[in-house]
Amino acid sequence: MAKMTLEELRKLRDEEKKGLSRRNVENKDTQIIIGMGTCGIAAGAKETLDVFVQTLEECELSNVRVTQTGCMGLCYVEPTVEVIVPGMPDVIYGKVDAEVARKIVRKHIINKALINDHIYDKPSADIVGEGGAQ
Amino acid sequence: MPGYNHYILVCGGTACQSAKSEQIYKNLIHECEKVGCKEKTQIVKTGCFGFCEQGPIVKVLPEESFYVHVTPEDAKEIIEEHIVKGREVTRLLYDKSESKKRASIDEIDFYQKQFRIVLRNCGVIDPENINEYIARDGYMGLEKAIFEMSSEDIIEELKKSGLRGRGGAGFPTWMKWNFTKGAADPVKYIVCNADEGDPGAYMDRSTLEGDPHSILEAMTIAGKAVGANYGYIYIRAEYPLAINRLKIAMKQSREMGLLGDNILGSDFSFDIEIRLGAGAFVCGEETALLRSIEGERGMPTPRPPFPATHGAFGKPSVINNVETLANIPVIIHKGGEWFSRIGSEDSKGTKVFALTGKIANSGLVEVPMGTTLREIVYDIGGGIANGREFKAVQTGGPSGGVITKDYLDTPIDYKHLKELGSIMGSGGMIVMDEDDCMVDIAKFYLGFCVDESCGKCAPCRIGGRTLYDILDRITKGEGKLDDISKIKEVGHAMQKASLCGLGQTAPNPVLSTLHYFNDEYKAHIKDHRCPAGKCKSLISYHILADKCIGCGLCARRCPVNAISGEIRQMHAIDQDACIKCGECYSICKFDAVYVR
Repeated sequence: MAKMTLEELRKLRDEEKKGLSRRNVENKDTQIIIGMGTCGIAAGAKETLDVFVQTLEECELSNVRVTQTGCMGLCYVEPTVEVIVPGMPDVIYGKVDAEVARKIVRKHIINKALINDHIYDKPSADIVGEGGAQ
Repeated sequence: MPGYNHYILVCGGTACQSAKSEQIYKNLIHECEKVGCKEKTQIVKTGCFGFCEQGPIVKVLPEESFYVHVTPEDAKEIIEEHIVKGREVTRLLYDKSESKKRASIDEIDFYQKQFRIVLRNCGVIDPENINEYIARDGYMGLEKAIFEMSSEDIIEELKKSGLRGRGGAGFPTWMKWNFTKGAADPVKYIVCNADEGDPGAYMDRSTLEGDPHSILEAMTIAGKAVGANYGYIYIRAEYPLAINRLKIAMKQSREMGLLGDNILGSDFSFDIEIRLGAGAFVCGEETALLRSIEGERGMPTPRPPFPATHGAFGKPSVINNVETLANIPVIIHKGGEWFSRIGSEDSKGTKVFALTGKIANSGLVEVPMGTTLREIVYDIGGGIANGREFKAVQTGGPSGGVITKDYLDTPIDYKHLKELGSIMGSGGMIVMDEDDCMVDIAKFYLGFCVDESCGKCAPCRIGGRTLYDILDRITKGEGKLDDISKIKEVGHAMQKASLCGLGQTAPNPVLSTLHYFNDEYKAHIKDHRCPAGKCKSLISYHILADKCIGCGLCARRCPVNAISGEIRQMHAIDQDACIKCGECYSICKFDAVYVR
């Protein structure tokens, strides 16, 4: 790379920051958890995951953490996705294809509105942790 | 550019590399290619995570899975299970509990009380990629220093921060810079002291390996502040990985115009050269270091004149330790006031300690100044290994002293350590338990200084040898009662009359252990007994008649065939043949062997 001026350094830093901030897990209050069991993958969960990552980037959302988990048990409506936004009920969406994934980002995460016709469940209580059955 | 779904951070510090982390890195890439998720996974080799006890460490994001003791063979499972199927490899996790609320890095006790400024990028970025450093606010301090601040502003900011040298003596950094700035000579130098020599200390190496750009940036800022255009990094040749990463970093910064002529298009120019040392401990002393840079024999010269006015090649030079420099970019970027809020009254900021010895979690820890020893040893370090009893901590390496159980709640900063007769030093912390003999420890450190003494001045050369001979006599049970007063006499003479820090501080471990463990010295001299059971001349191994079942295990294990006895009969040790290796003691399943 050629020698930089101050402006070029600042520009480079802004660009690189975006890339690195996705690695950073601090200050990420919103979570998207994608069911990646065999059933989920067969139903297209991988594509769903890609669309989520892409859409979040387009919308420049840096507070969202995308993770994967195993089968959530709702194999009849795969791919399934759990969405956790502070101040909103935790929900599990089913049949999340590319289009629904984009909708989740734009409507649920940005506009804070649930997408009613795709809600299939709410996450079960954590029975291992405190408060659950011993 | 497609977004990544996963990030795999592999520790590339020296400790993890010696445990095959390089192969883990290669295997991960290979496995990733095999299953076709290369485009979706970024694999980064980072600097040291600090948790060396658990190495090699692999961290997977965004799940924050903290994998420990990873082997190259595990790479396949990590990729196939975690990356492809989204299932964590539970058996490799640090916290293996099944609960959803599994520990992420923020919850591991080891990291709880730490606050990372110096090690801010270690284990986070790829040290061989300048872009990642820049993304973490890298070179922002330099920007500010070149375009927005005058020399006076920079030094004023340092003064506000309260930063003191991290190499040992704790001299205020702003004063050093100010002296050099005020010197009349137009040619000045910035010198980075990376000659880390204390046994057990490796924070400088880890900083250079994990975040080399922070040192380059800091030296350039120092150049701007004092009016220097050239710098030297003096580093020992035994640190090949650090040297290599520094070279890569320097090449990248030069190419991007962050080092060299007209930095970032300004009229300020600065360049750096690496000088390799051959590993002599005395070359960490600043005047000896300068002589070595000049190509002379590494021997100290009397001060004054101080290097601030008569340094490298007779020119005014700023000499700062690696850890001190690593703080500078953050201070300039975030402001001295921000920095001064961290730490204790007379010691600002954080300190990195290399926690080693009989501790459960050995590794690199960075804590705010004023953290108590108890917090470091028990909360972060996890206490003493193997459930033994805490005896003392040795700080400051061969120049420091011991801190005992009674002082565990002392806040660790420059002032309090000095009051206890120890020093901050470079930050080595060696934890000792009840099995460690204090006379033996003192002898070890003194032996190190005797070996490393350059021999130029008599107090260090002769005094050190005399002290060593006395200690050697004591550990052999041949000590005399007046040896204790002789130790004090010679020790104090060395402290006063030696030419440089090496000789002045060499008696510290002896005087400090003598002060806190006087009884132990007396037991050696009067009773010819080593309470810790360490000094070979003073101990003997015996077999208890009522406990020995005659299994013969000890006899088979003994390397010199000193144990005899019929099977199912009591065994006995031939004291003349015994070499006191302790094998029988550790192998016996019935506690039938004891030390006297």
